[in-house]
Amino acid sequence: MEMQFMLLFSRQGKLRLQKWYVPLSDKERKKISRDLVQTILARKPKMCSFLEWRDLKIVYKRYASLYFCCAVEDQDNELITLEIIHRYVELLDKYFGSVCELDIIFNFEKAYFILDEFLLGGEAQETSKKNVLKAIEQADLLQEEAEAPRSVLEEIGLT
Amino acid sequence: MPAPIRLRELIRTIRTARTQAEEREMIQKECAAIRSSFREEDNTYRCRNVAKLLYMHMLGYPAHFGQLECLKLIASQKFTDKRIGYLGAMLLLDERQDVHLLMTNCIKNDLNHSTQYVQGLALCTLGCMGSSEMCRDLAGEVEKLLKTSNSYLRKKAALCAVHVIRKVPELMEMFLPATKNLLSEKNHGVLHTSVVLLTEMCERSPDMLAHFRKLVPQLVRILKNLIMSGYSPEHDVSGISDPFLQVRILRLLRILGKSDDDSSEAMNDILAQVATNTETSKNVGNAILYETVLTIMDIKSESGLRVLAINILGRFLLNNDKNIRYVALTSLLKTVQTDHNAVQRHRSTIVDCLKDLDVSIKRRAMELSFALVNGNNIRGMMKELLYFLDSCDPEFKADCASGVFLAAEKYAPSKRWHIDTIMRVLTTAGSYVRDDSVPNLIQLITNSVEMHAYTVQRLYKALLDDISQQPLVQVASWCIGEYGDLLVSGQCEEEEPIQVTEDEVLDVLEGLLVSNLSAAVTRGYSLTAIMKLSTRFSGVNRIKKVVSIYGSSIDVELQQRAVEYNALFKKYDHMRPALLERMPIMEKSASNGPTEIVQTNGETEPSVVDSKHPPPVSQPANQANDLLDLLGGNDVVPVIQTTVPTKPASAGGELLDLLGDLSLSGVPTPAPSVATSQPSFLLDGLSSQPLFNDIAAAAIPPMTAYNKNGLKIDFTFERANPNPNVAVITIHASNSTEADMTDFVFQAAVPKTFQLQLLSPSSNVVPALNQGTVTQVIRVLNPQKQQLRMRIKLTYTLKGSPVQDLAEVNNFPPQSWQ
Repeated sequence: MEMQFMLLFSRQGKLRLQKWYVPLSDKERKKISRDLVQTILARKPKMCSFLEWRDLKIVYKRYASLYFCCAVEDQDNELITLEIIHRYVELLDKYFGSVCELDIIFNFEKAYFILDEFLLGGEAQETSKKNVLKAIEQADLLQEEAEAPRSVLEEIGLT
Repeated sequence: MPAPIRLRELIRTIRTARTQAEEREMIQKECAAIRSSFREEDNTYRCRNVAKLLYMHMLGYPAHFGQLECLKLIASQKFTDKRIGYLGAMLLLDERQDVHLLMTNCIKNDLNHSTQYVQGLALCTLGCMGSSEMCRDLAGEVEKLLKTSNSYLRKKAALCAVHVIRKVPELMEMFLPATKNLLSEKNHGVLHTSVVLLTEMCERSPDMLAHFRKLVPQLVRILKNLIMSGYSPEHDVSGISDPFLQVRILRLLRILGKSDDDSSEAMNDILAQVATNTETSKNVGNAILYETVLTIMDIKSESGLRVLAINILGRFLLNNDKNIRYVALTSLLKTVQTDHNAVQRHRSTIVDCLKDLDVSIKRRAMELSFALVNGNNIRGMMKELLYFLDSCDPEFKADCASGVFLAAEKYAPSKRWHIDTIMRVLTTAGSYVRDDSVPNLIQLITNSVEMHAYTVQRLYKALLDDISQQPLVQVASWCIGEYGDLLVSGQCEEEEPIQVTEDEVLDVLEGLLVSNLSAAVTRGYSLTAIMKLSTRFSGVNRIKKVVSIYGSSIDVELQQRAVEYNALFKKYDHMRPALLERMPIMEKSASNGPTEIVQTNGETEPSVVDSKHPPPVSQPANQANDLLDLLGGNDVVPVIQTTVPTKPASAGGELLDLLGDLSLSGVPTPAPSVATSQPSFLLDGLSSQPLFNDIAAAAIPPMTAYNKNGLKIDFTFERANPNPNVAVITIHASNSTEADMTDFVFQAAVPKTFQLQLLSPSSNVVPALNQGTVTQVIRVLNPQKQQLRMRIKLTYTLKGSPVQDLAEVNNFPPQSWQ
């Protein structure tokens, strides 16, 4: 599944996450995001989740106030891409506990970390929800351990 | 110096901004603080600052000054730093900047780190954005990790290897040994990523494909276990066990089974099993079924299985979920050529989809409907399609109209039906029909001799209603000019004849001349029509007056015609009846559908019409004879051959080729003088168009499309005459390396709005050291005049090893597609 990029954006068109799996300059990325976001926001609710855009296939789904949008190549199975999107939302939901847009805004770096444990180079690296969450949990622990010594020192007054 | 504010604090603050200007101010302030912090080389808060920078970058603000800081974070020993550093690298750096290469060493070290989560970060970053240079440097490390027993790392290494292979295909061989036991893994993550890796290798190399065919039994077994195994909570999605893995295996099986009987047979059973046992109530089950159908259709499956697949698609069409209907229509479109009868069974459902609200579904249903039209269902189908044409969005009308014309031409049950259908299209979607429909329709009408009276009457009535749709008006004017006598004599058999006088007809035609709605071309048609009526109507004076008025028209085209017609009245009145007599039946040599890029002279009819014009006054008598000879007698048919596109079309040669064919078609003597005097006719009037195209063609500069590893591919352009929507590109491949490039294959793909025709190459060996070139002609149809882009795939063998490369060609000169 050659996923070229994934975008998350709000109903007002504000980007909440952008993951690019193809090399593009900042300017090109901005243009693509802007154009695509506008195109998708213009679609009516009854329309199907797939559209052709430039020479890509776009698969998108709205969850509450966030649009999840993936660009895949012509050969790809759109229905399974919808499942990929759904799996990512479930992971976020499990991690944050009933995830909402604010969680992703205030913890965007965590949203990226979770995505990077689920997909790599645009392909799914782990198909078990449990394993992805376990890996994130462990990495978070590692991060806390790295932070901890300093705050202990600070407490004692030995900054 | 107070500690820089925390990330979440900053986010909260920025969100309180009420205007864009306020937000910008906050951002600028914070960026300044971050910049000074960076300058102070503060290690403690670098991570926090970069994280804030990434947030601001996502809002759209520049963050390039943080790039080096990301590198410093990556080099840090702290896990938190590395996490943010790698994230920053993936967001802020791209492989076009040299800065990214500085990461290589850090990544190398981290790939060998003692903590697997650090190794994971490095693998992820490399697999997401590694450039070719980085991939070359680090491929060895990735290969090592591919062989580790740690499944967490192994699965990531597999996908990283996929990325390496995509960037540097030559490195594919080095991963081969490591693939040996990948499928014996129990871990689903490793299995999934391994299948992806195997798929990538098989897609890129026929040798690899042959090598991995032996895995088919193993893949079938794994798939079987997934289906038969009981509930596994870890991988379950709505009752299906690991759908992602199932889909990937099905896809790999597709590639392995294609064109191979044994492999296809080995997977027949499992495909049937998946097709019948998969739960279809949720999207996930349908996703698997969809992949199964694609596989069944692509491999050498037995017919029972194929019918099963098409029936699944038929069921999809009835699904409430529009996404499912969409994929069904897409797949049916792909299979309609090969399994036509099976798809026919679902025709009524497909036609119902024309009424769907979704644009993409409608388009697919329309394309599929046209593919399904045949002699038996033409009346019913056409009814539905015409109804669709009435109510559809403008973006569909042109394609739908063309499709209707094509289908009608192939399967019309009667001439009257055919004419009625054309009338319906012209009146409902008249402004959207393609320009080349007009000459086609004229020819069709001419050849339906018994329908002339009926046709002209209907067209006349249509004109009374509406003169805004140019193609309709043009066809109508032409017909009135031709058959005006039938119109006023009230001879219609098919329907109630209308009473119309000569003056009324001339009123209408003159109205077209003066109307603002009429295009220049339309005016030309009207004037000619008026002129023709001078031999069909009794009252000639009015016509003479009109013609002389337009002799001083500002429009050069009209002026020229009027002057020539005037001359016809004055000096050549004896020739007028013969020149303006009824057109003979024209033989059509090729079909002119919207999907074909045939070099038929789409302007055949108008240019033949124009050839009735008297030549420049200097050579009157001679050429008058030639004209009469050309048209003379009822048995002479001016056959315009299509020039077979084996030779590259050259500008001047184009005209000469057409003329050459004319003289060969058995036109009686003086054929040679006809040939030589023709140029002036074809250059008159409408035929000035080809001339412009030739000038345009001469002006399109050549370009270099590809230049890598010693292989250079140049594109040169011509404009296909006379269809201005077709660009003819000739590729010239040259090889500057020391060895010949053998088995050279050039392939190209274009975006959907274009159509491509690739002709045979001159050779498939590109000689070394630029000693010769391989040429090949590409024809691109670009009706929507969109910017031409192309993806090319080159495969060749150099010094014994196969080379494959993909490239995008985006630097087409604007003249090639405008």
